Amino acid sequence: MPTKRRRKHDNDKQELRSRLRESATFPRSVIAEIQRAARTGIYDIRGFGAKRHVPTFDDLLFLGASMSRYPLEGYRERCDTNVTLGTRYAKKPIELKIPVTVAGMSFGALSAPAKEALGRGATIAGTSTTTGDGGMTPEEREHSKILVYQLLPSRYGMNPDDLRRADAIEVVVGQGAKPGGGGMLLGQKISPRVAAMRDLPAGIDQRSACRHPDWTGPDDLKIKIEELREITNWEKPIYIKIGAARTYYDTALAVKAGADVVVLDGMQGGTAATQDVFIEHVGIPTLPALRQAVEALQDLDMHRKVQLIVSGGIRTGADVAKALAMGADAVSIGVAALIALGDNGPEFEDDYNRLDSSAGYYDDWHEGRDPAGISTQDDELAARFDPVLGGRRLANYLRVLTLEAQTLARANGKSHVHNLEPEDLVALTIEAAAMAKVPLAGTDWIPGHGKF
Amino acid sequence: MSQRYDLAQGSTRELNSWLHHYNGTGESAAWQVVNPNGAHNLAVGLDAPITVDIEGHVGYYCAGMNKYAQVTVHGNAGPGVAENMMSGLVRITGSASQYAGATAHGGLLVIEGDASSRCGISMKGVDIVVHGSIGHMSAFMAQSGRLVVCGDAGEALGDSLYEARLYVRGNVAGLGADCVEKPMKDKHKLELEKLLCEAGITGADAGEFRRFGSARKLYNFNVDNADAY
Ligand SMILES: Cc1cc2nc3c(=O)[nH]c(=O)nc-3n(C[C@H](O)[C@H](O)[C@H](O)COP(=O)(O)O)c2cc1C
Repeated sequence: MPTKRRRKHDNDKQELRSRLRESATFPRSVIAEIQRAARTGIYDIRGFGAKRHVPTFDDLLFLGASMSRYPLEGYRERCDTNVTLGTRYAKKPIELKIPVTVAGMSFGALSAPAKEALGRGATIAGTSTTTGDGGMTPEEREHSKILVYQLLPSRYGMNPDDLRRADAIEVVVGQGAKPGGGGMLLGQKISPRVAAMRDLPAGIDQRSACRHPDWTGPDDLKIKIEELREITNWEKPIYIKIGAARTYYDTALAVKAGADVVVLDGMQGGTAATQDVFIEHVGIPTLPALRQAVEALQDLDMHRKVQLIVSGGIRTGADVAKALAMGADAVSIGVAALIALGDNGPEFEDDYNRLDSSAGYYDDWHEGRDPAGISTQDDELAARFDPVLGGRRLANYLRVLTLEAQTLARANGKSHVHNLEPEDLVALTIEAAAMAKVPLAGTDWIPGHGKF
Repeated sequence: MSQRYDLAQGSTRELNSWLHHYNGTGESAAWQVVNPNGAHNLAVGLDAPITVDIEGHVGYYCAGMNKYAQVTVHGNAGPGVAENMMSGLVRITGSASQYAGATAHGGLLVIEGDASSRCGISMKGVDIVVHGSIGHMSAFMAQSGRLVVCGDAGEALGDSLYEARLYVRGNVAGLGADCVEKPMKDKHKLELEKLLCEAGITGADAGEFRRFGSARKLYNFNVDNADAY
């Protein structure tokens, strides 16, 4: 083609391209999902938490100190961060140095070295870690100074020895990523060791139960919790974990059922394997759920007597501080802990590309092919991961979260992170103001409460 | 001589702490518990080869998570009897409510009367022998172990079960998803005879039982099975 004609051709093409208009109803991601569904006939399963935008702690700001409020000197004046959990009934409450715990993630979803690293990191930082839907491994018990043992509907690996070995017990009623959904672990990850721990045939696609096998409501659960207390001599704090749904009532019922601690997981909370439609469309965000839980505790005069741990999208010390200011006693992290261990690391970019993904996007944790060796049961992949280094990195990250939360607490003049309060907060959006029940910045307006 | 504990004078907490004194010691002892009056959580978390005879009806979770002990309830049992038992023997001379033997990993649970719904739900290795009949949804998601029913079984027996083996002498109202009848071979008759004998049940001929187990069609997700989910 002569140069002139080619140039015109290119210009036409460019013009055509820039006239392409993506549909808001059918953006490329939606088109791709329809194509995928038509090709495979099965819903999309993935790990990670919700990817849609929801109102979050980012929509809140701290006011800080001013004429009428004194700040504390950074580095010089103390700002304590310790937390005691389980003061209601347990003979041996849990003492944490920092208000951040590591959430329950199953051996099965994660490799044994990854579980060990979570224990190591939590222990260095002075906090607890949690088992998951697959039982307690000796590695994680050994490397976790404070280990919370989950009692889930599946009861995989559940046994009285591990109950007695645990420092606290968490009855899992629901998870934020999938309130009302059971666990899922696909065949690729049911290695002989995982299968043996769960009493299942190796290689099957395991779908664990969503309801507990031996109780159905809060009245039964009360008796169930008494059984756990009897078995463990009333020593251990008993947590009840709920997914954020009807949070005000769920929290009140958890208190009625005898919880020492309520663990509340918002809809953004992570998961190892769940249907995308479940992750994105069920449950309410962490922000409004937290407010409802605190209100329920206050209405029952149980705030700070039954402790509240909140999770679901906690990433920064600002998230930690805001959650505490809204009334939580501690927060818990899942996805962020995995990222701290090395998940989605840029050094694995080529490997991610081979899996049709990219560092920063990888969420196919259910497939067991994790290049970082964390969400896998493949020995070769798991061997890529160094649990000592992973533990260090997690401890570093937990320290940063704590330092950041302290910075914000001091800026608000608080000598303990628990002294942060809703008073210290304002909202950037009307949605967040309504959900968190704090005023829109620059106004004294909380939607639903008084006039603008 | 056996020790006697009167629940009319004492408490569940005190009884269980007495019984827990033996935990891990390997010691044997015999206890008789009177006036249970339907109390919950009796003799839970035992971990020694002791015998406990409870004279009367019990509430929820009696003998829960049992290891090694022999617990006999001379009466009826509430929901979740012997839940998550690991080993030992639990015998109910009367009938049992829902979820008897739920998620239990080992040992033997004998129910001389009937068992209600969800008997053996998610069982993980326990053997359960019921002299009477069992209710609906029994052996739901049963993973391993054996459930023997000398009477009838209710609706949806063995729904979504894995490798547990079910033996039923009477009528089966209906089978759950992926549960099928399987041939009764000599080895099955043999294991059944042994189980009946261990349970102390006479007058039930192993030849009269039918065997049920997993068709293993739902073990791996297959679009063409979508109707079954
Ligand atoms: C890989 C992975 C595995 C998980 N496994 C469990 C589990 O076994 N039991 C459970 O209660 N929650 C499980 N969760 C949910 C976490 O306990 C926690 O609720 C959630 O990750 C918190 O939200 P975040 O990830 O945004 O911090 C899992 C989460 C992840 C990411």
